[in-house]
Amino acid sequence: MIEPFNVYAARLLPSQELFAQGHRACQGCGPALALRYLLKALGPETIVANATGCMEIISSSWPETAWGVPWIHVAFENAAAVASGVEAGSKALRRKGRIPDKKPTVVAIAGDGGTFDIGLQALSGALERGHDFIYLCYDNEAYMNTGIQRSSGTPFGAATTTSPAGSKSFGQKTWKKDLAAIGVAHHIPYVATASIAYPFDFVEKVKKAAAVEGPALIHVFAPCPTGWRTPSNLTVRLARLAVQTGMFPLYEVENGKYHMSVDLPFLKPLDDYLKPQGRYRHLTKDVIAVLKKGIDQRYNEILEKCEANHE
Amino acid sequence: MAKAAPQSLRKGIEVSISMAEAAMQANVDVVAAYPITPQTHIVEHLSELVADGRLDAEFVPVESEHSAMSACCGSSASGARTYTATSSQGLALMHEILYIASALRLPIVMAVANRALSGPISIWNDHGDIMAERDTGWIQVFVENGQEAYDMTFHAFRVAEDHGVLLPYMINFDGFILSHVIEPIVYWSQELVDQYIGLYEPMLRLDTKNPITMGPVGIPDIYLETRKAHDFVLRESKATIVKAWDEMEKLVGRRYRPIETYKTDGARILLLTMGGVSETAMTAVDALREAGLPVGLVRIRLWRPFPFEELYEAVKDCEVLGVVDRCLSTGGPGGPVASEIKGALYHKDKRPKVVEFIAGIGGRDVRVEDFQDMAKKTLSVADGAPLPPFELVGVRE
Repeated sequence: MIEPFNVYAARLLPSQELFAQGHRACQGCGPALALRYLLKALGPETIVANATGCMEIISSSWPETAWGVPWIHVAFENAAAVASGVEAGSKALRRKGRIPDKKPTVVAIAGDGGTFDIGLQALSGALERGHDFIYLCYDNEAYMNTGIQRSSGTPFGAATTTSPAGSKSFGQKTWKKDLAAIGVAHHIPYVATASIAYPFDFVEKVKKAAAVEGPALIHVFAPCPTGWRTPSNLTVRLARLAVQTGMFPLYEVENGKYHMSVDLPFLKPLDDYLKPQGRYRHLTKDVIAVLKKGIDQRYNEILEKCEANHE
Repeated sequence: MAKAAPQSLRKGIEVSISMAEAAMQANVDVVAAYPITPQTHIVEHLSELVADGRLDAEFVPVESEHSAMSACCGSSASGARTYTATSSQGLALMHEILYIASALRLPIVMAVANRALSGPISIWNDHGDIMAERDTGWIQVFVENGQEAYDMTFHAFRVAEDHGVLLPYMINFDGFILSHVIEPIVYWSQELVDQYIGLYEPMLRLDTKNPITMGPVGIPDIYLETRKAHDFVLRESKATIVKAWDEMEKLVGRRYRPIETYKTDGARILLLTMGGVSETAMTAVDALREAGLPVGLVRIRLWRPFPFEELYEAVKDCEVLGVVDRCLSTGGPGGPVASEIKGALYHKDKRPKVVEFIAGIGGRDVRVEDFQDMAKKTLSVADGAPLPPFELVGVRE
């Protein structure tokens, strides 16, 4: 259903590139694609607070910048707090008549490390306080910028430089933290998972997130060829397979109500997704069986929540 | 010009509350704060002022001091006048972001109620917290009393937001011995405040009509030059700092200098202090002078940028300088202020000897008699006694 993207893209998305080409991302970078779609969805009335990470490094090497919107980077763990300040400052200045009364969309951007791990406290605080902003976590499932170390977003079984496979290890021993559920637990108006392989779905979700009053959390899946040990031309295909195999279900939670974004009549074989990736190369059938069981269980939990919503 | 007197109002008020009200008079747009260890009453009072509609600002009750400074960065970058207050552990948790706030040239104003750092856990007064933030690139001023704490809040906005400066500004005031005491404070009229600081006009801000990139990567080819520029502007800010004090003197009649001296004429030895203990030290100097001892006092108000010339001018004629630190540089040379003073004097042909005292650590009381004792020990060095190693005043062995 996404294949005719080339045919329709020009008509459905604005041609303006607010995240410019020429940045320093690796070939086939998934997160860079996410940022490009994000800004196509939001347009120029946007202010970005970016955590330290791949996307910050590759886009802002002085004296060049890839950003066509106002952008600030402060540190690693605080994108949500910086965005809180930007939102509060803008609100105060508009109320006091110091700047035109036109509300920009404030977006915090961070990777999985900057969100699931070190940035979780700042994220929770900003969600709880109810700032009117979007938090976008681009998830490439490890600390890619610093050298492919595991995060709590790294999936079970994946090898990273700090969860290596060895004679006594099958790689990451823990399960991916459920970021969306953490967002939902804050009772914020909008939470969604998205994927760079489903750009129109992603763009629609960003627009919804911008439209709601209060905080919105989008967790976008974005493969990293460098960290996943995959060919750079497979980025989009792998992202799609992650959805189709149940590894990364796409859904949204509007005011607590779950809704599946992509209905799958059946899940594709997990091997289709795992095989092309170097980070899973070491996995034995036994470990894959454990992974499959866990993935299916999580997928079914989401399905149940979505079905409960329709009853 | 001086029309302050008829409109000024003298109040007996807790110093922290007066600082919050100064921030209100400065019409701050955003306050982001967190109460790690006991906060001062500054942010509590500011949140009340917002709740009562007396201050039109966004009060952001963040979930940590790290996020407080981060939110302040975001707010200041958006063009809003931004204020916060902190202390000890909270300041330490902000540490990482303090460097970034100054490197981004964001004119955030922060009151720091100086207190000891853990461990053991302590909520009491010393300068251990702030000395760890010495090199963060902020303007740093130490005040001696409540009036100065209140006045300096206006000075801070005036200097920090100056387009030739654009640096964040810390007002250091001693925890408890200043923050929680009630003092008589002469308030400025709103008219005077408006005249002195006006509205904040950011040079650059996060504006969708003029998109800018703030906080880019500093590759080795440019990092050094940005550090040089930061150092340069912080040093150069001294002229603006002094000029803004001159103008304050014209408006309200109180005179502030980077370095203050007290009874230094004819003094063979000088004590050197920073912050609230200075007033106790002055009382000690009075008593010693009455007893005929040639003793005086030098106080540092401006800590960053460091006033090298003014300091030398103040101490060059004495024989021995007794530096009273409020912080211990563990395993190091003794006290951080004394190290700095010795460094500042080292290349001078004519310079006093330096005796080092470390006093008032973790809330240990420093009495008038303690200062008299320090002065006498310093005087004994002037009389030929050997230079002692640094002394932890009042320590039980």
